[in-house]
Amino acid sequence: MKMLHVVNKSPFEKSSLSSCLRVAKNDSGILLIEDGVFGALQGTSVTDEIAGRSADFKIYVLGPDLAARGLSEKPIIDGIEIIDYEGFVDLAVEHGAVNSWL
Amino acid sequence: MAEEFDDEFDGPVKRFLFVNRKAPYGTVYALESLEVVLISAAFDQDVSLVFMDDGVFQIVKDQNTDGINIKNFSRTYRALEGYDVEKLYVEKESLEARGLSEDDLLVPVEVLDSKALSELMNAQDVVISA
Repeated sequence: MKMLHVVNKSPFEKSSLSSCLRVAKNDSGILLIEDGVFGALQGTSVTDEIAGRSADFKIYVLGPDLAARGLSEKPIIDGIEIIDYEGFVDLAVEHGAVNSWL
Repeated sequence: MAEEFDDEFDGPVKRFLFVNRKAPYGTVYALESLEVVLISAAFDQDVSLVFMDDGVFQIVKDQNTDGINIKNFSRTYRALEGYDVEKLYVEKESLEARGLSEDDLLVPVEVLDSKALSELMNAQDVVISA
């Protein structure tokens, strides 16, 4: 069963996303929420690390958290899908377990 | 004997620097820091603000919090001018690491490199980091 990894910490401040990318099994889902959404942006100091693994995982980012931070119009890493809260619920249901990287 | 009320603060004026290093909304630090900035300004202190690390996200324009049920306090940064808080600085390195530029910001700021920021920090009486 696939696992959904949920990351809510800024990749510039915490190593949660790096650890998740290192430990998560290929084909897992990774959902970026709250300050974790910064990890979806193009052109940052952590873009290469995340873009380099985007083929190994299905990566999602929560749209309302991007919008709150003024980032809706900013370019997102190729392959990352923007979802809403309903999509969040669907992912939680579709995956066997949810791992929140607090 | 009633004391006469004087709304002018006549105590000592110190140089306060608020160092904002956290993104808004994910934690309460940014909003709390802003509250203290306004209180300091009410006491006629010499206030400067620095935005560095994830703190630069506090002043990114076009924030819309309708979808997360949290108050959008980013407009308050634009009101700081009305409280004579006009010295806003952003660390260049922090902006660049996040793929941002001055055009992405909602208030006029002075962009400083870390060396200039170091000088600014050193010239303060009080530094409050959040």
